[in-house]
Amino acid sequence: MDGVHEDVLGELRKTFSSGRTRGVTWRKAQLQGILKLLVEKEEEIFEALKQDLGKHPVESFRDEVGVVKKSATNALRCVEKWMAPQKGRMPLVFFPARGAVVSEPLGVVLIFASWNFPISLALDPVIGAISAGNTIVLKPSDLAPKCSSFLVNTIPLYLDPEAIKVVEGGKEVAEQLLQLKWDKIFFTGSPQVGRLIMSAAAKHLTPVTLELGGKCPTIFDTLSNSSDLQVAVKRVAGGKWGSCNGQACIGIDYVLVETQFAPVLIELLKKYIKKFHGENLKTLKNLARIVNKHHFDRVHNLLKDPKVAAAVVYGGSVDEKNMAIEPTILLNPPLDADIMTEEIFGPLLPIITLNNIEESIQFINSRPKPLAIYAFTKNESLKEKILQETSSGSLTFNDAVIQFICDILPFGGVGQSGHGRYHGKYSFDTFSHEKAVLHRSFLIELEPRYPPWNDFKMEFVSLAYDYNYVGLILLLLGLRRIFRTNRRQ
Amino acid sequence: MGMVDAEAIVKELRETYSSGKTKKYEWRVSQLKALLKIAENHEKEIVDALYSDLSKPELESFIHEISMVKTSCKHALKGLKQWMKPEKAKATITSFPSSAEIVPEPLGVVLVISAWNYPFLLSLDPVIGAIAAGNAVVLKPSEIAPATSSVLAKLLGQYVDVTAIRVVEGAVPETTALLEQKWDKIFYTGNGKIGRIVLAAATKHLTPVVLELGGKSPVVVDSNINFKVAVRRIISGKWGCNNGQACVAPDYIITAKDNVPKLLDSMKHELEKFYGKDPLNSGDLSRIVNANHFRRLSNLLDDTKVIDKVVHGGQRDENNLKIAPTILLDVPHDSLIMKEEIFGPLLPIITVNKVEDSIHFINAREKPLAAYLFTSNKKLEEEFVMNISAGGLVINDVTLHVANSSLPFGGVGESGMGSYHGRFSFDTFSHKKAVLHRNFSGDAPQRYPPYTPSKARFLKALLNGDILGLIRALIGW
Repeated sequence: MDGVHEDVLGELRKTFSSGRTRGVTWRKAQLQGILKLLVEKEEEIFEALKQDLGKHPVESFRDEVGVVKKSATNALRCVEKWMAPQKGRMPLVFFPARGAVVSEPLGVVLIFASWNFPISLALDPVIGAISAGNTIVLKPSDLAPKCSSFLVNTIPLYLDPEAIKVVEGGKEVAEQLLQLKWDKIFFTGSPQVGRLIMSAAAKHLTPVTLELGGKCPTIFDTLSNSSDLQVAVKRVAGGKWGSCNGQACIGIDYVLVETQFAPVLIELLKKYIKKFHGENLKTLKNLARIVNKHHFDRVHNLLKDPKVAAAVVYGGSVDEKNMAIEPTILLNPPLDADIMTEEIFGPLLPIITLNNIEESIQFINSRPKPLAIYAFTKNESLKEKILQETSSGSLTFNDAVIQFICDILPFGGVGQSGHGRYHGKYSFDTFSHEKAVLHRSFLIELEPRYPPWNDFKMEFVSLAYDYNYVGLILLLLGLRRIFRTNRRQ
Repeated sequence: MGMVDAEAIVKELRETYSSGKTKKYEWRVSQLKALLKIAENHEKEIVDALYSDLSKPELESFIHEISMVKTSCKHALKGLKQWMKPEKAKATITSFPSSAEIVPEPLGVVLVISAWNYPFLLSLDPVIGAIAAGNAVVLKPSEIAPATSSVLAKLLGQYVDVTAIRVVEGAVPETTALLEQKWDKIFYTGNGKIGRIVLAAATKHLTPVVLELGGKSPVVVDSNINFKVAVRRIISGKWGCNNGQACVAPDYIITAKDNVPKLLDSMKHELEKFYGKDPLNSGDLSRIVNANHFRRLSNLLDDTKVIDKVVHGGQRDENNLKIAPTILLDVPHDSLIMKEEIFGPLLPIITVNKVEDSIHFINAREKPLAAYLFTSNKKLEEEFVMNISAGGLVINDVTLHVANSSLPFGGVGESGMGSYHGRFSFDTFSHKKAVLHRNFSGDAPQRYPPYTPSKARFLKALLNGDILGLIRALIGW
């Protein structure tokens, strides 16, 4: 097996060395290939996502096909601009010189996708890696097997097979891939696996982007305007159950609300759950399913803790045979229970009550930094306080999850939620090395740069560092007294 | 220092950080000014420490260390307000109505581990970035430059806010104890071997790491150039930078065979002009930092494969840890000197048939921190820029890119990861938080289930940014 992966890597390195992937034509052709794939294979993608995760085609379009299409279109439009060297401003002492920052591809990169958005979290980073001119190995998640085999079968038909490879497999294959030397590893998944990736990368000094998750809190302020309230609750419901049934890294993990407002919030949430997803477990609709038995058990176990079970105020029923868990609301489960210490990544929504909504800042800050914070409020000073005093990958006011499709914003975590970022130009940057380039000519030579050292040179250099041009001229004309005397040597 | 101390220090700094004090613009400015004062008021003390650690010539200490720190502080003080400003981002129609911004925020408590070769600059330059970005910071200077380490500990203790900025002196046990702690960023300058250890330690807490390493930085010399100027620049970048003990110093020269006599003559001539006939006694050359490194460099020279390749210099003085500028011609490519980073006053010249071959030679090796080219051939220059991957490139000069705060400084591949200098330092120690502001109007029902075909059409148009399609979907076409 090992040898196989080495061969793959060797072929990709050869392609990279040939320089082919550096040209803008190649990059654009691949991006067009992705767009073509999405158009021609849309139905197949919907089918694979339905089989792996039970996603409705509209959800699949919104979160997967559409997102990737948008990314690829944007990259296609901008890649030439991104590739253009950026001029750096040179101070006069350097004259004549010009400086530039040239973005160059890193080489052969490895991308690990995750199972919850098995198409978009695979292709979105690939778009960045292509835009930056790298050769790529994509390893889809084996927990979404239909999507994985779709990718391995389809990508070679649309993208340059000598430069972009898909390697299928589970943990063992991942471990073998990690033995090899890559120029960048891009990983989407859990912190536990993230650590394994990082330590494997340390061996080869490979830079790593880790897109992890965390418990993304929602601060829900008391909203007095009824229509605002309806919109806000809809967005919370959409941000919890609407994206892969809570199995999303930026999905809402729990809600913080003032005690007296909690009943209003819970009643409205119930209303929208029923409206969006139906009334009972047997007839749940528009909901992705739990990905597999392992995750079903994991989420189910969170509920089994008696103190947690007692906190359920809506839902809570499970169907082991069909691996279905009802959208579930919990009120004040114990803060030391697993449900409040681990990322839930499923359809359970704890609501934690506070005396004053401002306490939410302290609550969030005493936990690891999340990938996203959401805050529904019209109170500008609260907004400012949240913005200044909390830390998270992203912060969205009055909505949830939508920041993901905003190409102009970097997407990525901080602390426990990961490091590195992508989307739009940031994807290009993530897979590029920004090379500093300084061009000089032979024309003007500043003698004081060179030994043997003396006081004149010392004074000259000191003035040059201060960009004190008047002083420099005076010195050169012999009009500036050299005041530094009697130094060593 | 034991485990407990490291833990206690981090705990204290974390408390300071949590108080929000270090995030304030005024605090950052006051600390940057304090660092500037250190460089301004204690020049003599710093120069003396550098002399004691490395016999570094005063002017070198001034140009490469003290002045650079001053420039960095001033640059940060000037730019800080601008750097801290949230960057407005244009929101797209897809998430309309909304406004988006990118807000830089400090990472928290960071660790800077610095190197012995520029012990003052490489300690304070990253600290300037960490402070500018609003972090609490622990600096661990290199124990291999003990005088500078203790000057740093003393002066920082006097000038800066010690509840947020700390110097921890020590060697391996202290560094190990520090690496055990949870940091929000680790910034390491040094070599790839320790770099790997730092990375592995960071894994435990998922800490992002900047590695400023080195590598064998090549100099390609073409034939159609002003040899005198080129050679003087190479010499100043090699021996004039801490006697070759610099991460961006030229490691070896590549040139075409017929170019060698002219190049060599010119080098010998200029070297003598710079350092005299007896370079071991020149006051303008740093010494080798310690006996270990002296031995390491001696071993490179005594390698049987290269012992007869010395064409200039070669003198050594073990008692004073001095090695003269030494040039070697046509060393075997598999000799130790061509496999390891030299980091000292030895300069091999590798010859190729034609200068274009040098690109292949460089690309067959690990990516260096810097690569230099002297030429007046525009085509070669372009090829070099496009095909050589290195942290930074300089055409017709060496090492100068380091002094330029508008260029990012950092390696790629074996030469490191992450970059700093100027605004890039601020960015390195900041998290760029994506902030999206929405209001409650303009909510598209198509986002929510139950899903219908018309919702699908609407979403397609929306995600494609297709305004016409959107209107069509809305009016039900």
